[in-house]
Amino acid sequence: MKKLRLNRKHLCIPYSVFLLCFVVAPLLVIIFYAFTNGEGKFSIDNLVGFFTSPNTIGTLFYSLCIAIVTTIVCLLIAYPIAYILARSKIKYKSTVVLIFVIPMWINFTLRITALKEILTIIEGNLAFHPFLNTIIGMTYDFLPFMILPMYTTLLKLDNSLLEAASDLGASPVKTFIKVSLPLSLPGIISGIVMVFLPSMTNYVVLDMLYNSTYIMGSLIGSYFSAYDWHNGSMIALILLIIILVFTLFTNKYEEDDHTGRGGVKI
Amino acid sequence: MKKFAKVFFMIIVILIIYAPILILAVYSFTDSANIGPIHGFSLNNYKTLFTSTELTEMIAGTVILAFGSAIISTILGTLGALGAFYSKKFPQMGIGAMNQVPVVNADVVTGFSICILLIAVFGIDKSTYLPLVIGHVVLSAPFVYLSVVPKLKQMDNSLYEAAMDLGASSATALRKVIIPQIAPGIVSGFGLAVTLSLDDYFITTYTKPATFDTISTYVVNATKGSQTDIKTALWALSTIIFVIVILVVVVMNLKASIKDKA
Repeated sequence: MKKLRLNRKHLCIPYSVFLLCFVVAPLLVIIFYAFTNGEGKFSIDNLVGFFTSPNTIGTLFYSLCIAIVTTIVCLLIAYPIAYILARSKIKYKSTVVLIFVIPMWINFTLRITALKEILTIIEGNLAFHPFLNTIIGMTYDFLPFMILPMYTTLLKLDNSLLEAASDLGASPVKTFIKVSLPLSLPGIISGIVMVFLPSMTNYVVLDMLYNSTYIMGSLIGSYFSAYDWHNGSMIALILLIIILVFTLFTNKYEEDDHTGRGGVKI
Repeated sequence: MKKFAKVFFMIIVILIIYAPILILAVYSFTDSANIGPIHGFSLNNYKTLFTSTELTEMIAGTVILAFGSAIISTILGTLGALGAFYSKKFPQMGIGAMNQVPVVNADVVTGFSICILLIAVFGIDKSTYLPLVIGHVVLSAPFVYLSVVPKLKQMDNSLYEAAMDLGASSATALRKVIIPQIAPGIVSGFGLAVTLSLDDYFITTYTKPATFDTISTYVVNATKGSQTDIKTALWALSTIIFVIVILVVVVMNLKASIKDKA
């Protein structure tokens, strides 16, 4: 029996080796490059450079702005939809949810192409409203990812709690704020995770809409194409730290439900 | 009235979501190069899509990469989940933590870091497709792992013990008892892996050979280019993908509802 358990356990060796080689090692290489200069010596020039250059620090703030506004807009649209769907008693509820989620499976570059054509008809030159168009593009891209986790959480919302609140004299608004909203928090948090980080780095949306790339993700690319791996690694490392802080902060609220990002259990 | 407002809101959002895709679908059947007055029905875009070798090779490449990397991801991720499930707490947590990195990490960072490691440190040539495949497996395998783990936790362990008591070797018991029980997780993990690879832009752009394009990287370049016949052929591609997605969703739902009734 002892020998047998050993056998089954060893099945994870290939995957562990793979993760060590292609997940852990690349991160170490990035950290190494971020803190060395062209001669391979330890240096914090890249770090200082990032926080003193108006270009990089400006990009960081602009990306944060895009991410925050996109997340809020997605929340404002997605929460009511998820709430109405989860609370409604219609028969084909899951089909209606699918209608909102289907675009997720269509290649996002093709969807953005479609959006671009339509926006060009409406606005003429897209470069006149760069921020607005970025938000429209990002929201269009990420909305399904927000609806899904919130819907799954709201579906579990116990109706008797809402009835109890109103029986005890709470107004509908108060019931919503004190009962529904706190209970749907895990879904809201996972929705935010699905939208916030990608909209901080997804430079393709901007690039496709009006050839602008003033966002964190593209900064890496511009250093990369200039073969400046040290500064590129520093940007990647800073993004990584933001992601890490964000994940630690949201982790305690999140449910262990990984149906997001491209996948829905149908 | 309240109900009307709710339905109205939902319909507006659905219309906004689908309008661009549907309008392009209509225009893909015309010969106009811009959204505007319709001149007449034409299948030219579809003809270009299926006859231009550049386009057909790009589409075939994307699909082969998606399924190839998904197969590798499914094998690696499933074995990893199985092994981790039977490991002690410490290695299990270690694998779980490493597995989580590509899931939460921005794809740009994942792609960039793999590219730096393989090209700058190991000096592997991008034209070998090795970085590209590795990148896509890094992207997908963690999601296979995550969809197999819950199935392992739900599994009835006594069945395995019974198989062993009845004289099955551990390999046979694994194949005949454990794998069938976690099969739904493996299948949905595979599906996820395919869709993730199909949709990826960032990892591909950092790791692909210069002459190779997936749908994502091709579309991004094509929108900047001036070739209108390519641009409108992509409208046809978007329409075809839309129809395929709808068909897959409908078939899977029908299958699920038949299963529920049975």
